[in-house]
Amino acid sequence: MLLIVQIVLVVAVILVSLVLMRGGVNAKHLAVRRIMLMIFAVAAALSIFFPDTLTRFAGFLGIGRGTDLVLYATIVSFFVFMATTYQRFRNMETSITTLSRRIALDEAPRPWTADEGHKGADDLRQ
Amino acid sequence: MSRTWIVIPMYNEATVVGSVIEDLRKTFPHVVCVDDGSRDGSQAAARAAGAMVVQHPINLGQGAALQTGIEYALQDPAMTSIVTFDADGQHRVEDAQAMVARIESGEAEVVLGSRFLDDRTQISLQKRIVLKTAAVQSRMATGMNLTDAHNGLRAINRDVASRIHLTQNRMAHASELVNQLATIRPRWVEHPVEIIYTDYSKSKGQSLLNSVNILAELFFR
Repeated sequence: MLLIVQIVLVVAVILVSLVLMRGGVNAKHLAVRRIMLMIFAVAAALSIFFPDTLTRFAGFLGIGRGTDLVLYATIVSFFVFMATTYQRFRNMETSITTLSRRIALDEAPRPWTADEGHKGADDLRQ
Repeated sequence: MSRTWIVIPMYNEATVVGSVIEDLRKTFPHVVCVDDGSRDGSQAAARAAGAMVVQHPINLGQGAALQTGIEYALQDPAMTSIVTFDADGQHRVEDAQAMVARIESGEAEVVLGSRFLDDRTQISLQKRIVLKTAAVQSRMATGMNLTDAHNGLRAINRDVASRIHLTQNRMAHASELVNQLATIRPRWVEHPVEIIYTDYSKSKGQSLLNSVNILAELFFR
């Protein structure tokens, strides 16, 4: 049973990460992440008041202690966080690249339009 | 009238880039150096040698520089082909010339350099194994029968160049280029080239550990 839960968790990590990485930044994924965060926060708060409930729920899943359940959930959210942050980082990098390239190309000399100003200009006017 | 632009990505190559450009300009008058944020005066050396310099305001990586150079060359309406060339002097101008000739003759739309088609290139066993593995990997991924997937010397005609959009800024751009060519499906050939491993190019060249980075970047696009 424990093994099954562990496998399910690992599969969940991979699937959620993949889904969130694929889709990029959109409102639906943002909403999913916020809901997950809310559930996590509420569960954490409840576990302080009713520690037994969490352990009982963990026992129902075959994990044993409530702390273990929290640990697994933390690992899952950590991976999701990593995946989405990576995705956002990549998007930002793409924007910066596009922006820098635009600046670089705009500032570069264009010998085929100018008539003078560059050493190699004579052979460019064929 | 055909016009070839040589695209040279450049990052802190002040000691060699000048002579590389001077050498090139005897055959190819149109050279564009994409400076990827060098801090050693490479820009001045490249300009003095007669190259156009396009300057990235910040360091973005070799793949980004290559794409910038391609887009710069595409702005020239008279450009008919592009040659990508390394700044560290490891390529031979004669090889580039022969590759452009194969494009101009209409034999191919893309000519890719390969150091494994003849025995001119002296290469360490370790590096040979890594490059051969990379070639096998790209062959399996794209179906293109390449012998040298990570060769910086390539000649590309205008039409194909306009359809290349590299997004891998750093190491994985060579694989990405091959992937995109596999989609574009141009008429392509490999051309035997010699890679001259000088002490300088060895010190600048990619460490073998970099193949780990390449794989990581290809996996997590």
